[in-house]
Amino acid sequence: MAKVSVRDLTMAFGSYVVMRDLNFDISERDIFVIMGGSGCGKSTLLRHLIGLKEPASGRVLYDGEDFTSAEPDQRERFIRRFGVMYQSGALWTSLTLAENIALPIEQHTELPAKDVRELAVYKLALVGLSGYEDYYPAQVSGGMNKRAGIARAMALDPDILFLDEPSAGLDPLSSRRLDELILQLRDTLGSTVVVVTHELASIFAIANNSIFLNTVTRTQSATGDPKWLRDHSDNSMVREFLNRGATP
Amino acid sequence: MSNEDSSPTASWRQEEGGLVLVLSGRWHRGSRPVNEEGGRQTKWPDSFETSELGEFDSTLPAYLLGRLREIEQRESQLAAGLPENLQALMELALGVPEQSDAKVSEEAATGLSSLGKATTHAWEAVGSVVEFTGQTVLSFGRFVTGRSSFRSRDFWLILQGCGVQALPIVALISLLIGMILAFVGNIQLANFGADLYVADLVGLAMVREMGAVMTAIIMSGRTGAAFAASLGSMSANQEIDALRTFGFNPFDFLVLPRLLALVLMMPLLTIFSNIIGIFGGMLVAWTLHTPPELFYAELLTAINPTNSSLGVFKSVFFGAAIAVSGCLQGMKAGNSSVAVGDATTRSVVASITSIVVLDSMFAIAFTILDI
Ligand SMILES: Nc1ncnc2c1ncn2[C@@H]1O[C@H](COP(=O)(O)OP(=O)(O)OP(=O)(O)O)[C@@H](O)[C@H]1O
Ligand SMILES: [Mg+2]
Repeated sequence: MAKVSVRDLTMAFGSYVVMRDLNFDISERDIFVIMGGSGCGKSTLLRHLIGLKEPASGRVLYDGEDFTSAEPDQRERFIRRFGVMYQSGALWTSLTLAENIALPIEQHTELPAKDVRELAVYKLALVGLSGYEDYYPAQVSGGMNKRAGIARAMALDPDILFLDEPSAGLDPLSSRRLDELILQLRDTLGSTVVVVTHELASIFAIANNSIFLNTVTRTQSATGDPKWLRDHSDNSMVREFLNRGATP
Repeated sequence: MSNEDSSPTASWRQEEGGLVLVLSGRWHRGSRPVNEEGGRQTKWPDSFETSELGEFDSTLPAYLLGRLREIEQRESQLAAGLPENLQALMELALGVPEQSDAKVSEEAATGLSSLGKATTHAWEAVGSVVEFTGQTVLSFGRFVTGRSSFRSRDFWLILQGCGVQALPIVALISLLIGMILAFVGNIQLANFGADLYVADLVGLAMVREMGAVMTAIIMSGRTGAAFAASLGSMSANQEIDALRTFGFNPFDFLVLPRLLALVLMMPLLTIFSNIIGIFGGMLVAWTLHTPPELFYAELLTAINPTNSSLGVFKSVFFGAAIAVSGCLQGMKAGNSSVAVGDATTRSVVASITSIVVLDSMFAIAFTILDI
């Protein structure tokens, strides 16, 4: 059974429809990429998947259970399994990087303070931020904020990890390390990863499944393995996107 | 080019080859307004004529884009005749079709419709206050039954911010208010040789009204606004969303500690303000020849435990009103820095209004109850 299923999802802000009739499945241990032009609704789709925005119509299901119409208590159960990194990082500015990661751990586990700190230090090390534990978000760069956001998303070893443009603003080496980290997380923890990204190199390196959102038609143009779509998609726009504008 | 320095001109001409848009002159940010000739067109030009065109900067492509956008019959291809660089810029600008339904529609506001809008907005505002208060009560319920948590360190920091750190400003304002009351009272009462009753006047005014109300107003400008600004910037930065997705209830985590801190601190600040205000009155009376002992003795005949607890009692409600207005405006602030500023302003207006309204309701209630 699919880990995440989206059925007939329409997303709108008031009367402005961003995307309509989205239908796709994300299987367990997938690394699933959401692609599309800037402003087409990728972040908005992510917000629907994690329940921060209600669909105009349609449903989101996790393991076949309806998430959209679930009661708040039930929803809480789903949300516990998520780890989310926002496009802006969205670290809590009044806490240090280590405290940002420690806070969810303190909230959801009974670990003693020392172990919590150790976990936070370890998660920061995974994203290459060793030594910056006691800096405040305002004292580190944009890319570092982003990486700390990824570390925080991984704080509770989530079942499903949602990353909104994790590699935007990172240098090529950091972004390469990030790809490796995502693959490792999938392989060691068995996490399912949903990533919004434009970076083709990264898409082909990690993703095994994807959706392409089309700004013009306002709906999905293709789903499937991006490597296959690059060469075989019947939609020329998708092929063009995956070939960086060169028409094959 | 002959027209190097002439003003920018755009004229439409109907020629044999079709509709021609002739561009000429020098297009600069500093140049004179564009001469438009040939009226409004409803058709895409068939060609451009630019032999008289001088230097241009972004004003020309901006003008062209504006005119072409107005035309209803569009074609996907731009007609020939533009200089190469301009052609390229225009193709870029026209490359991504305009998302017409994404445009923010500005409906012409007639008197009646704006009245209707204002009414719905006011009604929605009432709804959101009621909903927010309800959420806060639920959150308080979870706190009392031990099912909610916030970081105790946050709580102590907030407590400090709206307690100890507010003492100097509360002291200053209360001292001055007490002194002003004494001066004004003395001028009137001295006419009747009743100078001593300044003690009654200052004492009663402070403990019943001025202490609580002045403290509340200071705290709405100081602490209420700070709550709105800090929660507002958290919501602009998606920090509140991040709390939600980590299973924190933003009410329990952000609103409740602020509410509790203010509700705890307001009565203490009010007592402090009462004492300082009466002290200020005493100083003034002293300079006007009423010795402190006499002032004190007279004061004790005027105030008793009942009336001196009225202001303190009210201050609890004022504290709750300030915290709710500040947090409500902060939490529903939009996602920009302008929105944060608006939220701060609105929170101060809302809390001062609710303080005055609450105070009048208390005045009526106390009159009916005859206290
Ligand atoms: N709060 C909002 N109110 C109204 N419209 C919004 C709001 N947030 C986003 N939109 C609109 O929704 C559309 C999709 O926005 P979204 O942020 O999801 O884009 P995106 O695909 O993530 O873009 P990017 O790649 O640049 O991050 C945009 O056209 C935007 O104007
Ligand atoms: Mg986005």
